[in-house]
Amino acid sequence: MEKTYNNKAWLLVIPVFILVALSAIIPIMTVVNYSVQDTFGGNKFFWVGTEWFTDVLRSERFHNALGRNLLFSFIILCIEIPLGIWIALSMPKKGIWVPVCLIMMALPLLIPWNVVGTIWQIFGRGDIGLLGHTMSLLGIDYNYTNNIFDAWLTIIIMDVWHWTSLVVLLCYAGLVSIPEAYYQAARIDGASKWSVFRFIQLPKMRGVLIIAFLLRFMDSFMIYTEPFVLTGGGPGNSTTFLSIDLVKQAIGQFDLGPAAAMSLIYQLIVLLICYIFFTVMSHVGSDKPLEEKAE
Amino acid sequence: MAQITLDKLAHSYLENPKTDNDFALKEIDYVWDDGGAYALLGPSGCGKTTLLNIISGLLVPSKGKVLFDDRDVTTFQPEQRNIAQVFQFPVIYDTMTVRQNLEFPLKNRHVPKHEIAKRVDEMIEVLDLSEKANLKARGLTADEKQKISLGRGLVRYDVNAILFDEPLTVIDPHMKWQLRTKLKELHRQFNHTMIYVTHDQTEAMTFADKVVVMYEGEVVQIGTPEELFDEPKHTFVGYFIGSPGMNILPVNVVGNQAKIGSHSVDLKGSYPDLTGKIELGIRPEFMSFNETGVGIPVQITGVDDIGRFKIVHANIDNIEVNVVLNEGESIPSDPKVTLQTSRTNIYQNDHLVRPLVNERGT
Repeated sequence: MEKTYNNKAWLLVIPVFILVALSAIIPIMTVVNYSVQDTFGGNKFFWVGTEWFTDVLRSERFHNALGRNLLFSFIILCIEIPLGIWIALSMPKKGIWVPVCLIMMALPLLIPWNVVGTIWQIFGRGDIGLLGHTMSLLGIDYNYTNNIFDAWLTIIIMDVWHWTSLVVLLCYAGLVSIPEAYYQAARIDGASKWSVFRFIQLPKMRGVLIIAFLLRFMDSFMIYTEPFVLTGGGPGNSTTFLSIDLVKQAIGQFDLGPAAAMSLIYQLIVLLICYIFFTVMSHVGSDKPLEEKAE
Repeated sequence: MAQITLDKLAHSYLENPKTDNDFALKEIDYVWDDGGAYALLGPSGCGKTTLLNIISGLLVPSKGKVLFDDRDVTTFQPEQRNIAQVFQFPVIYDTMTVRQNLEFPLKNRHVPKHEIAKRVDEMIEVLDLSEKANLKARGLTADEKQKISLGRGLVRYDVNAILFDEPLTVIDPHMKWQLRTKLKELHRQFNHTMIYVTHDQTEAMTFADKVVVMYEGEVVQIGTPEELFDEPKHTFVGYFIGSPGMNILPVNVVGNQAKIGSHSVDLKGSYPDLTGKIELGIRPEFMSFNETGVGIPVQITGVDDIGRFKIVHANIDNIEVNVVLNEGESIPSDPKVTLQTSRTNIYQNDHLVRPLVNERGT
């Protein structure tokens, strides 16, 4: 049968094009535009090519911030994913405690980022903060404004407190969708608790875990507000992440060119790492035969 | 392998059951013979799965005991009972291969390695899965997955019993027949006690030596397929088994005569005085149209042509009955039906009543 082609159909797609153009393409193109030009003020720009990109890629400041970002994301993923799974497994599956647990879990997620930063900033203060004051009473020298380790520790605990719930809720959704028959079959097969986790719960949570992993990676890699409020990037530059550095350059120093180049590189890194994660994780356990460990 | 005894067993999902209606499973006393093939037949929600889960140990009954041979296992966990159970929907371990799936229950029971390999090889052969043995189980079709579920039960050939909970629900019709044949074959080969839950009478009749019919939490009849067909002990059994089911007509019984409205029919024997709800049961196969003009007049309301025979829907004084018309027979213009006397059954409050003395020697 002859197919009818009607180019008028493109008209129907135009609204989407306009929306995407306004929300994504045009803003990104302005950034691209800044990244290849320089200005001495007076709204006069001239072409510099890839100079800003090479500058950024060679700058030690960028390398350090990127290193901090990677370390931070790595640490919080290592804590939040296992902790989230563990909490989800220990939550009740039915009864009146289910909504109670779910609401408790959702609470941290409802708090605005800068409020979270403020809460922990006050909480950790040595003079009036509950945590900071208790620590000094116990004789522990804790000061997140002076000590690099304390600053990192506070930011990590803050992020774990704020975001583990997301992992918990996603895992919980995965867990409750497992039909009862799987657990019954496992009991009949004489499976141990670990086997049930390893061969039923974990595989069934795979999908939601990929999402949890990606979301937590992206969010933690782009973290800005909480450390900005808590430490302002200090002590020194020890908690200056890429996003904080970017804002310093773009708004603090008004170096639009390098800042634009940096944000493009930043964005590409996020995309690239997410792509790699997603590809690797969606292949884990699906195609290649599994190396079975004897239990 | 073991003989399974249900001793005054009953179960309620409520904490303090008061009336009979609170029980999902009403009191049952029964012995399942070692090596028998049983079917638990009944409509959805009649308590068959409850009974099955009590036998496998997934549920602890509120009353009564479960004995395997002479051992009381009522409070034993499923893994302690050495029972296999196959569920309605295939349960497979996604990340394992077909072979690993079959090895799993044996590994958990610490069966020696060479023994596992031997049994699993054998089972893969029996289930026709040799080509897929090393593939991930998740990629298989529904019936292959269900075969794995079956295999995980059957591979443990020292089990006390294998329980099936409507295992063929998700299987294509042509595969259903194949898998059922396979099950029968395996039953003959290993002689396991098998209990098969289904709501499909054909499945139950072809699979089992004995069929247990359940209705509203109660076991209404246990018998061979023939017994269920010929002498249903409960109107529900008569209605549920057979296609179409038994005709149930409200009657008055006096001696060896039953009055259907103003017409009377002969019964196979004399009955005592009966009170309560009295009904006569007669299978559509044993009713026929009469050319000579004797019998009960009926109004025909419709005819279904099934191929080999026709089902005639008719009314006797506004009570609906079905009559089976064999190939070649025709419906007379002034239809009257007769009942085969030896095939009449009388029910008092839904339960079968036997005649006092069998006068006619049938």
